[in-house]
Amino acid sequence: MRVNFTVNGRKQEADDVWEGESLLYVLRERMGLPGSKNACEQGECGSCTVRLDGVPVCACLVAAGQVEGREVVTVEGLADFAKQREEGCATGACGGGGTSLQAAQQWQAKGTDSQTGEGEELAPIQQAFIDAGAVQCGFCTPGLLVAADELLERNAEPSDADIREALSGNLCRCTGYEKILDAVRLAAARQDRQESGV
Amino acid sequence: MGVTGTPTSIKQGSKTKGGIGESTLRPDGTLKVTGEFAYSSDMWHEDMLWGYTLRSTTAHAEIRSIDTSEALAMPGVYAVLTYDDLPTEVKNYGLEIQDTPVLAHGKVRHHGEPVAIVAADHPETARRAAAKIKVDYAELPVITDEASATAPDALLIHEGRDDHHIGHVPHPNIVHRQPIVRGNADEAAKRADVIVSGEYVFGMQDQAFLGPESGMAVPGEDGGVDLYVATQWLHSDLKQIAPVLGLPEEKVRMTLSGVGGAFGGREDISMQIHACLLALRTGKPVKIVYNRFESFFGHVHRHPAKLWYEHGATKDGKLTHMKCRIVLDGGAYASASPAVVGNASSLSAGPYVIEDVDIEAIALYTNNPPCGAMRGFGAVQACFAYEAQMDKLAAKLDMDPVEFRRLNAMEQGTLLPTGQPCDSPAPVAELLRRVKAMPLPPEQQWLAAGEQADVRALPGGLSNTTHGEGVVRGVGYAVGIKNVGFSEGFDDYSTARVRMEVINGEPVATVHTAMAEVGQGGVTVHAQIARTELGVTQVTINPADTQVGSAGSTSASRQTYVTGGAVKNTCENVREKVLEIGRAKFGSYHPAWATAELLLEGGKVVTDGGEVLADLVDVLEGESVDLELEWRHRPTEAFDLRTGQGNGHVQYSFAAHRAVVEVDTELGLVKVIELACAQDVGKALNPLSVVGQIQGGTTQGLGVAVMEEIIVDPKTAKVRNPSFTDYLIPTILDTPTIPVDVLELADEHAPYGLRGIGEAPTLSSTPAVLAAIRNATGLELNRTPVRPEHLTGT
Repeated sequence: MRVNFTVNGRKQEADDVWEGESLLYVLRERMGLPGSKNACEQGECGSCTVRLDGVPVCACLVAAGQVEGREVVTVEGLADFAKQREEGCATGACGGGGTSLQAAQQWQAKGTDSQTGEGEELAPIQQAFIDAGAVQCGFCTPGLLVAADELLERNAEPSDADIREALSGNLCRCTGYEKILDAVRLAAARQDRQESGV
Repeated sequence: MGVTGTPTSIKQGSKTKGGIGESTLRPDGTLKVTGEFAYSSDMWHEDMLWGYTLRSTTAHAEIRSIDTSEALAMPGVYAVLTYDDLPTEVKNYGLEIQDTPVLAHGKVRHHGEPVAIVAADHPETARRAAAKIKVDYAELPVITDEASATAPDALLIHEGRDDHHIGHVPHPNIVHRQPIVRGNADEAAKRADVIVSGEYVFGMQDQAFLGPESGMAVPGEDGGVDLYVATQWLHSDLKQIAPVLGLPEEKVRMTLSGVGGAFGGREDISMQIHACLLALRTGKPVKIVYNRFESFFGHVHRHPAKLWYEHGATKDGKLTHMKCRIVLDGGAYASASPAVVGNASSLSAGPYVIEDVDIEAIALYTNNPPCGAMRGFGAVQACFAYEAQMDKLAAKLDMDPVEFRRLNAMEQGTLLPTGQPCDSPAPVAELLRRVKAMPLPPEQQWLAAGEQADVRALPGGLSNTTHGEGVVRGVGYAVGIKNVGFSEGFDDYSTARVRMEVINGEPVATVHTAMAEVGQGGVTVHAQIARTELGVTQVTINPADTQVGSAGSTSASRQTYVTGGAVKNTCENVREKVLEIGRAKFGSYHPAWATAELLLEGGKVVTDGGEVLADLVDVLEGESVDLELEWRHRPTEAFDLRTGQGNGHVQYSFAAHRAVVEVDTELGLVKVIELACAQDVGKALNPLSVVGQIQGGTTQGLGVAVMEEIIVDPKTAKVRNPSFTDYLIPTILDTPTIPVDVLELADEHAPYGLRGIGEAPTLSSTPAVLAAIRNATGLELNRTPVRPEHLTGT
C-alpha cells in the first residue's frame, strides 16, 4: 500500500508498504530516519516515542496505515519543532517548516561537524540532556527527549513527581534516571530564565 | 552504494582544556540526542537481506530431522542454513570452552537454542519462512538444578568433555569447582559466642540492555566479510568467528557499531556468526536485528544461585569464621561460568576480616538458559548472602548493623581468603560511616503536597495503591567488594595507537583503540587522557575496529584502568618521540631542552618550571609521530585448585549503600524512597560519568531486589517471561533519589591512582534494599527478588 503523511513538517509518501508494518518500521527502514529506536517493539519501553498529531505515541504500536494524512514528529525533527514552537508556530500548523527528509538524511550537508554534530542547532531539551550527563548508551534518549519535550510544552514548571509520571513509560537501563531528572529540571529552568528575560 | 550508518571518527571539540578530572561532555552526545548516532540496528544497505533465527521450542531434545524445503521455496527467501551447511570442521564457539554449537547438532540443550537461520528480503518474510521449517524433536528429561544434574543416573549435558576443568570437577555436569580453605573454620567456630547460618536464593537477572542484538555482515570482494556489530570485545568475537567461517582473521574485518548498553550480555557471540554465514552464502549484505522476545534468548543471563552460609562471632562483635557453599546455575553452555565461580568463591567473605574460612563454589551444567557475565559477575550473588548474614549476626548480638560491619571491616593490608593481601586503600568502614551520616529523607512524603495523598509517592506508584494506611518504613545498609580486571592469571592487556600531527595549523592527537564504547564513556576519558598527556585540545577518537590490537573486554570494570592505561602509556611514548624531534630541531637554542623535565601543555613544549621552549606546531611541522603499543597491568596468578590460594586479583573496588524503603504490608508493594551510595573511585577521571555509573549500577541492583527475574519453569526449563511486559526493569517511578558520595583514595599501582568503578555499586544496592525491607517488615526474606507474596504471606 501507499501511505502519505507528514514527517517533521514535510509531506512524505511511502510506497510498497506491507500492511503489517508499523510506523516505526516505515520511519526506520523506508524513510531513513532510524532515530526512533526499536528496543522492545511492544510498547513497553518508549524508545520509539514520536509525536502523532502532537500526541506522544509508541511508533511500534501504530500501524503504518493509521498515519495516513497525519503529522509525525521524530527526534530528528525535534530541534526544528521546538524552534517553531518558540516562534509561536507549534505542531507545524504554519506549514512549510520543519526538516526536509533529505536534510534529515544528510546531516553531513549541514554547516555542522559531520563527526560530532557540533554546531548543530539543538532543542533546549536536547542540550540539557548532554549538559546534565543524561546520555550514556543513548538508546533510550530519542524517546525520552520526545516525551520530555512534550511534558515541558504543557507544563513549564513540572514538579519531580510530574516528571516521573510523564516519563514513566520510557525505560532507561544505564543512568538510574537521576541525570534524566536533572536534564528536565535544567531545561525547565533555562526556559523559565529565558521567559523572564534573565 | 555503501553501508549507511557506518561509524566515523569522533572529534572532541576544543571548547575546554578538558583533561582528566574534568567533567567533559561526551563526544558522541550531540549525535545521540539528534538521532544521528548509528547503532548496530540502524545499519542499512540498498540490497540487504534480513536474517532470522529459528530457535528451539523445547529445552532438551534430540533432533530427529529438520526439513527446510518449504521455507526455501518461499518467494523472497535467499538461504536457509542448518548445522549441515557449516563450512568447516569448527562448528562450536565459546568464551573459554568451545561448547556452544553455532547451530544445533543432533540435540538442543536449552529453550531458544538456534537451530536454523534464514535470509530473506523482508524481515517478516524471514520470520514466516522460519516458521515453515519442520524440526522433529524427541524430548529428553530436563536437568534443572543440582540434584537433577548430579543424580547417579543423570544424563550428561555434554558428553565427552575434554576441557581443562573436567579433571577437577566431581561430576561432568559441573562446569568448574573452586574450593578456598584458609585457617581452620571448624576450630575457629569453637571460639564463637554466636553462630548464624542461612540459605539464600538469588533469581536469574537479565542485562536488559535496550539496544537489541544486531548488526550487519557485508561480503567482501576478496572472499572475506565486513562485520558491523555491537559487542563488548571485538577481538574475542573475531577469534570465535573466523574459524567457523574458515577465514583467516584478517579477512573478517570487524567494526564496532553503536552499542545500546551491554552489562555483560554482549560478551558472548549472538548473531555475529549467523550474519556472516548468511552473507557469505548469499553474496549479499545481511542484517540481523533481534526483537525483545528473541533478545531474552539471544544472550546469557546472570547466574541464579543458591548460597548456604555460616558465620560465627564473639560476643564483642568480632567475626570468628565463615563457611559457605555457592551453587551457580550455568545453564546449558559454559560461557563465563568458570570465571564467575572464581569470583564468587574468592569474594565470598566480603570486605571483612575473617581468618578462618571454608568455601566452595560450583557452576552447574543444566538445561536452563545459559548464564554468564553480568555486571558484578559472581560477586553480586555472594554479597546478597553475606550481607544478610551480617545483619543476622548484628541482631543476634544486639549490635547496630553498621557498627558491627565497621568492627570487622577489612582495610589496606588485610589478607583475603585467597591469602592475597589488599595492597591499596580499602575504606570499607569509612564508606559505611559516610552513607550512615547522610540525612534521612522525610517520612510520609505522599502527604507533603496537602490533604490528598499523592499516590505517585506511594508503593505501587500510579496504580494499585492505598492512601498509605498500611505503609511502614525501613532502613538497611550493605557494603561489598568487587575485583577489577580479568583475574586468575589471564593476560589482561590492552592496545592503543596514538598519532600526533599538525592539521590546519593545530596540533591534533588521534587515538585508536578497539575498546567497545557501550555507553560507559570510555571515548570521553580517552580524549581527556590524550589532552592531559599531550597538551593538545583537539583529539580525534577513531572508530573501534580490528585494524588495531585488542583492547580486551569492556567488562570487569576494567576499561578505564586497562585501555585508559594503554592510551596513557602510548601517549607518554609519543610525547618522548615529540620531544626527541624537538631536541633535534631546537635543542641548540636553549639548554633546557637537554637539562629540564619537559612537558606538553597548552599546545607547547614547556619545562617543569613553566618556561615555554617551543610551539608544538613548530616541532611537528612536516613530521608526525604514530605509535601502537600494548600495555599490561600487574600479572595475576591462578587460584590453587584445592586450597584456592593465590594472588588472583589485580585491584578491588568498594561501595556501600543505605536504602530507605516504604512497604505497603497489605498489598505487598515496596517503594524505595532513597538509595544513598558512597564509593571509593581512586581518582575520578570524569566526575559526571563516575556519578552516572554509580547511579546506573545502583538501579540495576534495585531491580533485582524487588522486580527483576527471568522465570524458568522447573518442569520444562522453558522461559516464561521473555518480554518487557513480564520481565520488569525499574522505571523512573520505581527509582528513587540516589545521592552519591565519591571518595578518591589513590591506588598507587593504577594509572592516575584510579579504581574501576562500574560494578561495585551493583553489589551492595540489592542487599541494602533487602535489609531495609526486613527492617520495615520483620520478615526473614532469604530470596531476591522479593515479590508481593513474600511480603503478604499469601
